[in-house]
Amino acid sequence: MAAPRAGPFFFMLTFILRRLLATIPVLLIVAVLVFLMLRLAPGDPAAILAGDAASTEQIARIRAGLGLDRPIVVQFGIWAGNLLAGDLGESFYYKMKVATLIGQRLEPTLALASLTILIAIVVAVPLGVVAAWRFGGWFDRALMGFSVLGFSVPVFVLAYMLIYVVSLQLGLLPVQGYQRIADGFWPFLRHLILPSITLSVIYIALIARVTRASVLEALGEDYIRTARAKGLPEIRVLVRHALANAAVPIVTVIGIGIALLIGGVVVTESVYAIPGLGRLTVDAVLARDFPTIQGLILFFSFVYVLLNLLIDLSYVFLDPRIRY
Amino acid sequence: MNRKIVAAVLLAAAAGTAFAQDKVLRVVPHSNLAILDPIWTTAYMSRNHGYMIYDTLFGTDEKSQIKPQMVESWSSSPDRRLWTFKLRQGLEFHDGKPVTSEDVTASLARWGKRDAMGVALFTFVERMDTPAPDTFRIFLREACGFLLEAIGKPSSNVPFIMPKRVAETDAFKQIEEHVGSGPYLFKRDEFKPGDRAVYLRNPRYVPRKEPPSGSTGGKRVYVDRVEWNLALRDAQAQVNALVKGEVDILEQPSFPLIPGLKANPEIVVYSYSPVPLQYMARFNHLHKPFDNVKVRQAAMAAFAQQPFLQAQVGVQELYNTCPSMFTCGTPYASSFGTEIQSKSTMRKAQELLKASGYDGTPVVLMKPTDLAAIDKLPDVAAQLMRQAGFKVDLQAMDWQTLVGRRAKKDAPDKGGWNMFLTAWQGPDIWNPIANAALDTRGEASGWFGWGKDDKIQELRARFMRETDDAKKKKLAEEIQARAFEVATHVPLGEFDAPLAARKNISGHFRGTGNFYWNLKKN
Repeated sequence: MAAPRAGPFFFMLTFILRRLLATIPVLLIVAVLVFLMLRLAPGDPAAILAGDAASTEQIARIRAGLGLDRPIVVQFGIWAGNLLAGDLGESFYYKMKVATLIGQRLEPTLALASLTILIAIVVAVPLGVVAAWRFGGWFDRALMGFSVLGFSVPVFVLAYMLIYVVSLQLGLLPVQGYQRIADGFWPFLRHLILPSITLSVIYIALIARVTRASVLEALGEDYIRTARAKGLPEIRVLVRHALANAAVPIVTVIGIGIALLIGGVVVTESVYAIPGLGRLTVDAVLARDFPTIQGLILFFSFVYVLLNLLIDLSYVFLDPRIRY
Repeated sequence: MNRKIVAAVLLAAAAGTAFAQDKVLRVVPHSNLAILDPIWTTAYMSRNHGYMIYDTLFGTDEKSQIKPQMVESWSSSPDRRLWTFKLRQGLEFHDGKPVTSEDVTASLARWGKRDAMGVALFTFVERMDTPAPDTFRIFLREACGFLLEAIGKPSSNVPFIMPKRVAETDAFKQIEEHVGSGPYLFKRDEFKPGDRAVYLRNPRYVPRKEPPSGSTGGKRVYVDRVEWNLALRDAQAQVNALVKGEVDILEQPSFPLIPGLKANPEIVVYSYSPVPLQYMARFNHLHKPFDNVKVRQAAMAAFAQQPFLQAQVGVQELYNTCPSMFTCGTPYASSFGTEIQSKSTMRKAQELLKASGYDGTPVVLMKPTDLAAIDKLPDVAAQLMRQAGFKVDLQAMDWQTLVGRRAKKDAPDKGGWNMFLTAWQGPDIWNPIANAALDTRGEASGWFGWGKDDKIQELRARFMRETDDAKKKKLAEEIQARAFEVATHVPLGEFDAPLAARKNISGHFRGTGNFYWNLKKN
């Protein structure tokens, strides 16, 4: 009797497992590189911790206490051993578990990234579709102009302008700070609106441009002509036929956007005083807090790999021709 | 024990809820709070955290006088070798246990291993004992003239009193428990580094009867909760938050933003410190060209203070030239022996450099680009040295790289350095023992730059032993004159760093630190 044929689900599962296994060497390489680069970079965590008036002898004792006087290979061995046991180590600077520090900062960053991407998608995708539909018209040209502006205006300039108008002049929203969702949804949202709008402008510009280009390409295809010839309403043609077929590059850009937002919103977090992962990364780098930097970079790498995997998987649903 | 701490926190929290949100004082400190052990590090933020939760035996008032705090009375033997101290009644730690003399001696012993003045003091200490729970004694091998100055010092490292079990922690390891007997309780569970630190009014605290002055007097707390916003570090965003009323106090607003704050009727800009901060240029004495005293003198002669202050502070009413190496306005400050810098000209600097035999070795000058409080000083130093005839290699880096690099004794072309510039709070440099740049023991220990001068060391030793104030003043003058002669470092002028507060915050008082008692939120 012939063996049963493996179905698409089996191939998908194999693909996911293969990709998850592939993250192990990626994370390993990242771990080794980060560890070595940090040890070779200038700056001494012990001198930073000791304070301004510390003597060289005191700094040497602190260095020994942190284990930084041991050979790099030994230091790496200890760190890698702890890592395999699921322990990212303890921050030199804060004397707290790195995992705890990341956990504390995850909610603000995730909240900010989610709302930013939500605003960006809700605004940018319709704009991009309409611009493609009205290609060459005033709306299309206006959107292209806005895109250039969105890319060009530095985030901090936009942030200060919004704060001045919305918070200081109109008094509608807070200037700074973050409220955890556990403290109430409205305070949580109020504190996120301005930072999310600030951050979303560049993503609106990016996603709108990509949407416009993709939908424009789709609108030139034969199936669109067929759909229109069948007498389908224009909105249905645009959404069900053009946008659906243009979705792969749009979803790719959105996925990359989420990944960038999780690790790279330092300026926005600083201006709006949001205690997120970006600010933690900068503080850790400035303090040469090796365990925290290592933990954060590993975490970011894992998130990037995971998001890439999700993007790849989404292609299957967006484009039936794609199979793994 | 832990239950008692929890009970105290709950008690304070319950009291806090009884008052409205208005009784929360929202503060933006000058930096991030990372290290919670004020003996382990000299970081000012850790010191300020210490003042919230711990108390001190003595303090320094706004006139730089040492006054009792936890101590009720004290006496010394005629030969000044035996000192007896009696503690005030009613002193309690946050866990409800009384503060005893054993807690005090353990705390002093730990502090004496880390702080510069503490280390110096303990070279005189033969032993300490505790004849009664409220009495402790310090036996000295020989009389010294700075015992009260040391244990009453207001700045890092402050000899805070901790419970014995905490104070017995190795001085080179950070403490894990944060229990004091000070005016506030630390809410460890709400502490999120880089986000916020929270303190609750200590309901058990018994303040002294005197009005507050510096780190002394009655530490009366009129708010239920103090929140330090550690996330708000952008200078403009800080000001926006203060103007909008989202925070109550900015510890250190940026200089260029101060005129705008002064013009705002809702804001008060308050100069709380009776003594200013001082900028300083530090030579590396180990390597060319500054291993040559004549080259150091030439650089010193080139460094007129006005250009540094003008470039870095800018707001004229906030800075002053001060010839002394000891903070102006404090007991040991004088212009004695300072002529090589204070009466110099660029022509004189050029002549001195020519006569020094300077061979054109470039001066590696480190510039921290990310520390707005001092980032312009190296540019001025480079320009003045170039005018005097130096070759200058101005190297830009972040402050933390500088901090790591300045600890290296390697030659400048092998990762070392020749000069950096920094700023000190007044109390850290106002006497010859505390002033780290005057520790001239050379490479063996001492502060970065490793200056070596036996005469200064001998004068400092005499200063430590001297008990007569007039003679101490004379010795401080001699130390300063010698320090200028051998150019240990260069004072670059002084400045004030005022706080800014909403107008509804009252009760500000003068003192050499950021203290959060006596403040009322109306």
